[in-house]
Amino acid sequence: MKQIIRRAALAVALSTVAVGSTLAQTNLRIGLAEDPDVLDPSLARTYVGRIVFASICDKLFDIDEKLAVVPQLALSHETSADGKTVTIKLRPGVKFHDGEVFDAAAAKYSLERHLNMKGSFRKPEIAAIETIDVVDPATIKLNLKAPFSPLLAQLTDRAGMMVSPKAAEAAGDKFGLKPVCAGPYKFVERVQQDRIVVEKFADYWNKDNVFVDKITYLPIVDGTVRLANLRSGGLDLIERVLATDIKTVRDNPKLKLSKATSLGYLGLTINLANGDKANTPLAKDPRVRRALELSIDREALNQVVFNGEFVPGNQWVSPQNPYYQQAFPVPKRDVAKAKALMKEAGVTGPLTLDFMVPNGPETRAVAEVVQSMAAEAGFDLKIRVTEFATSLKQGEDGAYQIYLIGWSGRSDPDGNSFSFQTCGSPQNNAKYCDKDVDAAHQEARTKSDPAERKKAYEKVAAKFLAEGSIIYLYHTQVLVAHTDKVEGYKQIPDGLVRVVGVKLK
Amino acid sequence: MLTFLTQRLLQILPTLVLVSMLIFGLQQLLPGDPALIMAGEERDPKVLEEIREQYRLNEPIPVQYFYWMKGVLTGNLGESMRLKSSVASLVAEKLPVTLQLAAMALLIAIGIGIPAGIVSAVKKDTAWDYGANLFALWGLSTPNFWLGILMIFLFSVTLGWLPASGYVRLGENWQASLATTIMPAFVLGNALAAVLMRHTRSAMLQAMSADYVRTARAKGLYEGRVVLKHALRNAMTPVITLLALDFGTLLSGAVLTEQIFTIPGFGKLIVDSVFNRDYAVVQGVVLVTATVYISLNLLADIAYVLVNPRLRG
Repeated sequence: MKQIIRRAALAVALSTVAVGSTLAQTNLRIGLAEDPDVLDPSLARTYVGRIVFASICDKLFDIDEKLAVVPQLALSHETSADGKTVTIKLRPGVKFHDGEVFDAAAAKYSLERHLNMKGSFRKPEIAAIETIDVVDPATIKLNLKAPFSPLLAQLTDRAGMMVSPKAAEAAGDKFGLKPVCAGPYKFVERVQQDRIVVEKFADYWNKDNVFVDKITYLPIVDGTVRLANLRSGGLDLIERVLATDIKTVRDNPKLKLSKATSLGYLGLTINLANGDKANTPLAKDPRVRRALELSIDREALNQVVFNGEFVPGNQWVSPQNPYYQQAFPVPKRDVAKAKALMKEAGVTGPLTLDFMVPNGPETRAVAEVVQSMAAEAGFDLKIRVTEFATSLKQGEDGAYQIYLIGWSGRSDPDGNSFSFQTCGSPQNNAKYCDKDVDAAHQEARTKSDPAERKKAYEKVAAKFLAEGSIIYLYHTQVLVAHTDKVEGYKQIPDGLVRVVGVKLK
Repeated sequence: MLTFLTQRLLQILPTLVLVSMLIFGLQQLLPGDPALIMAGEERDPKVLEEIREQYRLNEPIPVQYFYWMKGVLTGNLGESMRLKSSVASLVAEKLPVTLQLAAMALLIAIGIGIPAGIVSAVKKDTAWDYGANLFALWGLSTPNFWLGILMIFLFSVTLGWLPASGYVRLGENWQASLATTIMPAFVLGNALAAVLMRHTRSAMLQAMSADYVRTARAKGLYEGRVVLKHALRNAMTPVITLLALDFGTLLSGAVLTEQIFTIPGFGKLIVDSVFNRDYAVVQGVVLVTATVYISLNLLADIAYVLVNPRLRG
């Protein structure tokens, strides 16, 4: 009987393999942690969707391992002396998946679609663009309302993705069901929550560096099951390996781990002035916030929850980032000083605070460690584990005193700070507001020289780190695991899976 | 029979209207803002306002319900906010998957549960009976997600016999399709088999002690014929009810099992939609499942009449 079952199972397995090999194509199977949302560069807003876009939609610019902006569909760029016009030379000989030619008119169309389409999430990202001129078939000129140095960085992401004008015109807001771009792979099919299949685009401008014939993206939510699929050979590459599974991957000789410090951060957002809940000494007195920060040992937190794999941090960019302010290093834990500050601020007895934590095994563990550390300095944090969507709404409404929340990160420091730190900005639900910080942020936006921008951010750091609304805790690692059949894979800090140059044995 | 059917069909309509109101109303009680969750990290107030307008989230709830009902009555279940595809096409895409999984699970449950129930009733208080009871207890008390993960580790990671997760459509390649669904079907069927076994056992015990069984034996019939023809047929009524209800439950989606094995069926769709506050999808799927569930109950009622001639009024 055992023999029969075994043979039957083997037959089923073999027939599956046989079907795969008759096609004689290389198929890279990638396990995603979530099912992407709509695949329209203007309407998309999930991180996981960007991973899929990386193979189908090329952008004007891209970023490299060191976060430098490099050309992709553009060849070069030039910003005018007053910072108000950006001239972009486009790569010649580029075609969209439907055979249409990519030229200045198509680039103008794509950017205007991002700017004008109803419900476009790109609009705020490139709102600095006033008009777009076609200079010649291979050149566009962006006329800005005001100098805006983060613009190029925006064009390295979805706002820089070029779509085929013909296909976009025809499909309207259904474009995302069958996107037509100019990336190395063209869209084949999508079964919601099951798979997205793309195949090599024969006319890709950089086709000599594309080695895999087909990519199948499979959303598998459970981290353990995702890894099990990789181990059993059902997948070739998985994204977002759990920090607790790093050892399993390292111990397996057939698996390889690629990592890079992510662009994002996790921190404690403190409600300063959003509704009644802000009526606490923590919100009113920066010394109490400083005491809370001093009570936390970031390195110990990293050791306890993440086996020391993540990167402790105290700013909106990680210590490895070129924009990290070395003058403000990660503070060491100092309970005595924290207690002294509490006393100075007139807080006697434990300070009870509502601590909202989005549900998840890792966030819960982080919250518990913070809670026990802060207790020693006189804080009584009441952890309130909340379903994620609910926590977003409560965050918006100010229904929290401390909120454990992160940000997935952008390559330009502006994307990690402006919207959280300036008066009345959309992400600033803690309602921090300081004129000097606003001015320094505006200054950073107008300067294009990195050294000058860094100086402007130093002014932000000096104020915001001392009295701001966010206590930054750590930066996660982008963890991608793949089998030894995958060759040439390089991890970029934005966490996206770039497939150009990747080989599958 | 005709009056019976008409009566039952007439009862279905108000039930469905009630269900539709309930789904709509309960969903509005969910905390969280669909526009906010849809926007994710891109939280520009102007864009949020556009989304709210586009999906009529600013309108009062009765108005929203009216628009939805108007669509439903004309065969339009709405559009997914997250995916921009129509709810009807999503349902059409998932229904065959869930049907296949449910049918396989049910077959496995029937294949194990009913024979085990019969054997344990006929061989009451013997090792067979204890063994079957032990199996039932195991099946009932093993959580699906745990059994699922253990099976993946055994059959996929260690032995490498079956794919760990994913789904292949029946029409595409039936062997591969069976290979991807056999484990989840077993996990689901296993739990059902246990319940089915307990019910079959108790119904059979009752039937076996009935007068007509004694009469049948007195007539000198073979024991096999007595058990299968006389006792089993009478014992089937409660079991059929149970099967219909279970099939309905399976169709509404095996949430955890689908999540573990990444089977793109109703369960996964509904969970993802709830977390994303994709109201139109949740409403559409629940309405379809409720309709199927009610229809299955109707079928079970018809089946009673067929099995038990005394009910044919």
